[in-house]
Amino acid sequence: MKRVQFKSYYTQYFFVAPQLAIILVFLYLPIVQTFTDAFTTQDAFGFGRYFSGFDNFIFALSDATYLRAFKFTILFICVITFFSCSMGLLLAVQANNVIHGKSYYKTLLIWPYAIAPAVVGVTANYFFSERLGILYSFFHNLWGFNWYDNIHDAYIYVFIAATWKQISANFIFFLAGLQTIQKPIIEASLIDCKSSFRRFWTITFPLLMPTTFFLIIINITYSFFDTLGIIDTTTIGAPSGETKTLVFKAYIDGFRGLDLGSAGAQSIVMMLIVLVITVFQFRFIEGRIHYN
Amino acid sequence: MSRTISQLLSHFILIAGMLLMVVPIWIIFASSTHDNITILSDGMKWGLGDQLIKNYDEVLNQKGGFSQEITATKLFLNSFIMALGIATLTVTTSLMSAYAIVYFRFKLAVPLFWLIFITLLVPLELRILPSYQVVSDLHLINTYSGLILPLSASAIATFFFRQFYKSVPDELLEAAKLDGANSWKFFIDFLIPLSKTMMAAMFIFMFVYGYNQYLWPLIMTTSEKYWTVVMGMKIIFMASTVERFAYIILSIIPPVLVVVFLQRWFIQGLFQTK
Repeated sequence: MKRVQFKSYYTQYFFVAPQLAIILVFLYLPIVQTFTDAFTTQDAFGFGRYFSGFDNFIFALSDATYLRAFKFTILFICVITFFSCSMGLLLAVQANNVIHGKSYYKTLLIWPYAIAPAVVGVTANYFFSERLGILYSFFHNLWGFNWYDNIHDAYIYVFIAATWKQISANFIFFLAGLQTIQKPIIEASLIDCKSSFRRFWTITFPLLMPTTFFLIIINITYSFFDTLGIIDTTTIGAPSGETKTLVFKAYIDGFRGLDLGSAGAQSIVMMLIVLVITVFQFRFIEGRIHYN
Repeated sequence: MSRTISQLLSHFILIAGMLLMVVPIWIIFASSTHDNITILSDGMKWGLGDQLIKNYDEVLNQKGGFSQEITATKLFLNSFIMALGIATLTVTTSLMSAYAIVYFRFKLAVPLFWLIFITLLVPLELRILPSYQVVSDLHLINTYSGLILPLSASAIATFFFRQFYKSVPDELLEAAKLDGANSWKFFIDFLIPLSKTMMAAMFIFMFVYGYNQYLWPLIMTTSEKYWTVVMGMKIIFMASTVERFAYIILSIIPPVLVVVFLQRWFIQGLFQTK
């Protein structure tokens, strides 16, 4: 908190009002609607909705496809986070190390950040199409790759598309993190330790932990929500719903299946998951400000 | 000697990473400059063809859609209106509400803080169906406001501005107060000029976020007049494969240019608070 602040009867409300108005109408109203949907069920004749307690939750969560989507989402998050983080880190360390051409590399590595997930999906679609796809025929020649039928091949397809998109975001943050490490520490470590490999793992990497932790959360959120555009433009859940993430499933159940109760219940469960993630994130960021 | 080797290795890895990023898009671009029949019979191409102008001209100016009146140029215009709207609205409202929360002493500050920040838990993907209902009740389906407002209900920028304000030394306000500045003058003459980098970073972030929206425009625009570029991916109305390739390339140009040319502002702003 600031030591010195303004005191006024109404000025502060003027400053908050615009954002508050937008948030109340376009965020809280839909959230209230979500809760209403989740705890009510439409009657048989479609005339109205009646209170049904946790029925929608029990119905949605006990569905076998929900468990499948849950498992897939966890796997999806882990694979994307691991691969995009490690590739982003590898490239950031090299970009921080080179003496010549640093800014060229930087520019050529960050631009995919700006591409929409849906566009990445559509692009990947061409590389993995049976007719034109370069990657499809390459993998097909290796082990008979066919994502239309084989679950694991479909996994590989969406993993590649979703990871590719996220490498540059990780690269940007890791590079910025590396540049905040103070010069004297680097110079001291150069004297103490000759092996650059060991120097990285014992000195640089621990100093990067805050960035890494922050990025893990960013990547979890990305794999959870932003990949909806990728799934919807690549496999659309194929084969037989095996590549549906939780967010994609809730969207399909609600919008295509018109089951508002189940979609609402699924959304509330996801809000709880995000709540847990955000609490971690918040405590971490607040903690770091103190640290500085 | 080992230094040279380490430099060479770094360059090697960076070039490999760069190729991984550039090659897929290059192949789409190269293929988009060929004749449709060539692509369908020979597959995607690494080298350039001679149909560049013809294909891109057709994509931009050919009329399509159900009414046969919509061109891709129109979709680009819609995307720009939407992205600029979201970026402007979010940056302005967030800048103001963060100011109230950090710089004013009032009882409701803490409840308001939570009311705004709890929204970080609920991205649009989680409230898409009820949002559609709300927007439809307000008769905002097929309007620019309907495209812009629900996506502007975001506390991310507020959070960054709050962090930034907290890092501004208290002495600034003390000095301003000694000079007789009131809350308006302090905000406009002191804080806004100081926040310029941060504002630019948030603007770029929200512009790219808005331009790249896919699901929301897909759901809430039933009239082709409000279609955007990215959602157009799903309902591409051009006939041939090469034109779709050209459409992909055109669609990524605006946000990529914004990020590449403004990267210094973007990165500086994002890391200023840390």
